[in-house]
Amino acid sequence: MKRFALPLGIFLILLVFLGIGLRLKPQEIPSPFIGKPAPAFTLTQLHDAQKSFSPKDMLGKVWVLNVWASWCAPCRAELPALMALTKEAAIPIVGLNYTDTRLAGNKWLASFGNPYQLSAFDSDGKVGIDYGVYGVPETFVIDKSGFIRLKHAGPVTEDDIKDKFLPLLKELSGG
Amino acid sequence: MAKAPFRSLCAALLGLFCAAVLLWTGSAHAGQGAPAAVTPALELRVTQLAQELRCLVCQNQTIADSQAPLAVELKNQVREQLARGQSDQDVIDFMVQRYGDFVLYRPPVKASTWLLWFGPFVLLALGLLALLLKLRQKPAAPADSLTAAELAHAAALLAGESPPDESAPAARSIPAITTVANASTAATASTA
Repeated sequence: MKRFALPLGIFLILLVFLGIGLRLKPQEIPSPFIGKPAPAFTLTQLHDAQKSFSPKDMLGKVWVLNVWASWCAPCRAELPALMALTKEAAIPIVGLNYTDTRLAGNKWLASFGNPYQLSAFDSDGKVGIDYGVYGVPETFVIDKSGFIRLKHAGPVTEDDIKDKFLPLLKELSGG
Repeated sequence: MAKAPFRSLCAALLGLFCAAVLLWTGSAHAGQGAPAAVTPALELRVTQLAQELRCLVCQNQTIADSQAPLAVELKNQVREQLARGQSDQDVIDFMVQRYGDFVLYRPPVKASTWLLWFGPFVLLALGLLALLLKLRQKPAAPADSLTAAELAHAAALLAGESPPDESAPAARSIPAITTVANASTAATASTA
């Protein structure tokens, strides 16, 4: 029996590493923005090219910036969760319409629902690059003084809302 | 006599036309966002730098290799910034500021990446150590000498008698336990 102990031990160690590896999410890249001020920008609004939006308009409020595009299928999948977020937390969600066209973006909102207070129109994705966006959807939580407190890559699920967003939003709004 | 002014007028018109074409193509280039002076030297620097930056969409490729829209856009960023006269380090800082160390195709050596950089060498050293220890151990006692039945089988073979199970040639290569069993049958057969 003793001569099996070493191979078995090595096998178990490998198994542990395999288990850890399977749970890692390589898509989730640690964001260098956590705890840093949200990059400034000024963009026109998606539904009205005459109006503009800048993150400094939101100073004093806790808010959520959600990067989306009409060509992005997971963005559609996360819409119900975002709707639930606006209902449960009364937190404004601002959309960042990323590398899209006005026509397609507005049509998408009209047909699938619009959880956004407004959407900023980032047609060439330059603002997206400033925010380190590498895939849509991505969601940022920004605090009252304009600092990024959370970044979520990939579609937001109802569980994420419950476990990640609501506790943080409550904490930030209270403080 | 009247030809000379006509000729110079033609030349002037041609010159004007050329200038207009140059201006027009120049502005068309600028409109596309590409810098006006794309020299081979600049392209070389862009490519070299792009090979140091990871594509965040297809993570095992550099942005030089990838044709993902984000990679193309990041390459444009690199080109624009270099054309503006920024250094390679400025561009790398720009990318790291936005995408973190992950964007570097060659991870930087720092405390959090020591395991990544030196782990393989540690494993190699451990393996060599284990090998050395194993080699230094006294060799194990040789395997037990042949059993009586095996000796009898060997004697039968040496005497030129064919083993009884000639019909199954695979028997020669099968493991020891069955060989022993065969040997005992062979022994009984040869005594019979």
